[in-house]
Amino acid sequence: MTDPILSLKGISKSFGPIEVLHDVDFELRPGEIHALIGENGAGKSTTMKILGGYIDATAGEVLWHGQPVRFLSSDEAEARGIVMIHQEFNLAEHLGVDQNVFLGREITRGWRLDHKAMRTRTAELLDRLECRVDPAARVSGLSVPAKQMVEIAKALSRDLRVLIMDEPTAVLTERECEILFRQIERLRAEGVAILYTSHKLSEVARLCDRVTVLRDGAMVRSAPVSDITEEEMAAAMVGRKLSDLYPAKAMPRDEVLLEVENLSVPGVVEGASLTLRRGEVLGLGGLVGSGRTELAEALAGLRPREGRVRLMGEDLPASDVRTALQRGLVYLTEDRKGAGLLLDKGLRENLTLPLLERFGGPLIDRRAEEAALDRAIEDFAIRAPDRTMRVGNLSGGNQQKLLLAKTLLSDPQVILIDEPTRGIDIGTKQQIYALIAGLAAEGRAILVISSEMPELIGLASRVLVMHAGRITGTLAGDDVTEGAIVRLAMGLDGNREGAAA
Amino acid sequence: MSMAPAQKINTPARRRIDLQVVGPIVALIALVLIGMALNSNFLSYANITNVLARSSFIGIIAVGMTFVITAGGLDLSVGSMAAFVAGLMILVMNLLTDRLGVTLPVIFAGVALALIAGLVAGLINGLLITRVGIEAFIVTLGTMGIYRSLITWLADGGTLSLGFEMRELYRPVYYGGIAGISWPILAFVAVAIIGEIVMRHTAFGRHCAAIGSNERVARYSSIAVLRVRLATYVLLGLLVGFAVVMYVPRLGSASASTGLLWELEAIAAVIIGGTLLKGGFGRIWGTVVGVLILSLIGNILNLTDFVSPYLNGAIQGAVIILAVVLQRKGAADR
Repeated sequence: MTDPILSLKGISKSFGPIEVLHDVDFELRPGEIHALIGENGAGKSTTMKILGGYIDATAGEVLWHGQPVRFLSSDEAEARGIVMIHQEFNLAEHLGVDQNVFLGREITRGWRLDHKAMRTRTAELLDRLECRVDPAARVSGLSVPAKQMVEIAKALSRDLRVLIMDEPTAVLTERECEILFRQIERLRAEGVAILYTSHKLSEVARLCDRVTVLRDGAMVRSAPVSDITEEEMAAAMVGRKLSDLYPAKAMPRDEVLLEVENLSVPGVVEGASLTLRRGEVLGLGGLVGSGRTELAEALAGLRPREGRVRLMGEDLPASDVRTALQRGLVYLTEDRKGAGLLLDKGLRENLTLPLLERFGGPLIDRRAEEAALDRAIEDFAIRAPDRTMRVGNLSGGNQQKLLLAKTLLSDPQVILIDEPTRGIDIGTKQQIYALIAGLAAEGRAILVISSEMPELIGLASRVLVMHAGRITGTLAGDDVTEGAIVRLAMGLDGNREGAAA
Repeated sequence: MSMAPAQKINTPARRRIDLQVVGPIVALIALVLIGMALNSNFLSYANITNVLARSSFIGIIAVGMTFVITAGGLDLSVGSMAAFVAGLMILVMNLLTDRLGVTLPVIFAGVALALIAGLVAGLINGLLITRVGIEAFIVTLGTMGIYRSLITWLADGGTLSLGFEMRELYRPVYYGGIAGISWPILAFVAVAIIGEIVMRHTAFGRHCAAIGSNERVARYSSIAVLRVRLATYVLLGLLVGFAVVMYVPRLGSASASTGLLWELEAIAAVIIGGTLLKGGFGRIWGTVVGVLILSLIGNILNLTDFVSPYLNGAIQGAVIILAVVLQRKGAADR
């Protein structure tokens, strides 16, 4: 075994009072693909950012060829050949492929840019990656996998030693994944050390040499892939039985609260039909970009739609958020910071924003608002050091609880929840799961959109899966498995619609 | 390094916000003290009444402007709009005088016309911005030119004047008052108080701040964003009409130079008062203080021969920039 090129020793990292990494050891070796897996919030991205020089550890050492180093910035790490490819690409959309590849390190002849040399070099790099993209093409017009190839070409254009990839396959189809794997394997053969993260354990088993599992910020297992089964990886990731994390499921009742027939949102959702019963938690799975959010937003009146929506037996008009709210249907956005909360305002203003008319008119009754905030803080266990603080300074978990409190303030009967636990620690997750189950037990109907499959399996009694704007299938009971959801999400299984939809 | 912003927040932010609240008031008090020191006439009843009455037009408009800016908008057309509405009002009142004689109904009709014309002008701005979806800056830059040109055309390049007898009848609306306080001052005070209450204690004010802070959040919170935004422009137009009602009896005329640069003075007053130019936070009392600061600067320069009154604009400009610099410091605690 070769010596590690880049390693972490006893690394801890705290954000404010919360320690998100505890004493992590991790090694990357030339010619080895090392998988880093764990649940969301386990500390994967923090680990990657420390390796890539984006953030500093609070304690412990980063070693480069066995020598302690401290990267002042990601540029310094990149200068040594450590490149991180982010999930959201770091490309200038309006520039050409070649301009992106050499962005910030342009080849010059005297004071002029040497366009020809850069274009030729880019073509060579893309050739090496078997990627048929015109070096002169604009990045904005490229497909997602092509953009990823451009990112890799950009990494290759320097002396690449360590490649850190943050869930590269999350946005790729199976065929595109295969191409990517071939490139990664080629890089391994060239002696590059690769860190690979994915939620798909089968990929890890197929591609990687070594796997390290993080759970709640600590390293719980590290082994050669050949010594560990996928089931063992999953067990190490979760570290507890699912029943500990997820509450008992409520029994759906017969009464149908929401009936959707043939709903379409031009360009994103086509012909979606579903029913939601009182007391039911219905899961909605699928890849990012499959139209799940758009479907929910269309139901809530936030997007124009075609098709018929009946809420508690009555037709619900399209594009009318207010009426949907008044009639008891609300949507909790996945974009907490961009669409959910006013980050520069206080808790009170945020809580009552959708329902100010309930707090006196024409003048707002501030005491009633404060009382509502008291109740919300109590009911949702919101921990805020100061009631008047700006919401942007709350932790992600507390923001999410406040957003839940805000959304539920109108006492809705049908609740559409988009990514209920994105970017939230495991303890808060458990609270939110219990809350969702409790809402269902009270007789409300809940649609949960989630990219985390354990969440869908643990919460929902029935799961719909979307692929490319269509509902490709419904799973219920013992059929709800990660494998089945993934197949439907990839559009592999034929239509299994009709059974329960 | 990334933990730093999380911890910085509490204490310094507080002190800075306080400074932001106190800042404009301190500036105003300082100006009053300077005025007192430089000229014994400064605090005289005549001078104070004069300053306040003359600043009431811009003050009334600036209250409306505060709502527009708080909701993330801007209106450059108010000065031209005021001139156009004033010209229209004078034309119609002169026409009506021919028919009805010098009577009160003519004044009522003129007042109603001014209010309606202002409201409609605001509605046009608002509809172009919210329904057609053009940038507020562009729309109001356009209507600014249109109204300015229309008043010049109506006045045929000269001045539109109210008939002499009519002017005498209408005069008390500017020069009269109760308990020694003239009507324009009372009107400004009333508009400011109502504005402050609406901004701070009603759903409309809260919605304006929410839209200016983050339009998407407002939309997702089931706020009728377009309607609220439209309402801010209509309200501003209505207040422009109201300001014209107080302004016309002062000189009894309107010309191409009426209301010149009012829009900039109103916007400047709003910003000096601590309202954020990018929207999301506004306070009416701050705007009132801003209006007073701007008009006191001019008044003090006129009363003393220390600095040439021709430098009025330079000093006002410096104050505006200084106010924004202080604001920036206050907001730096992101």
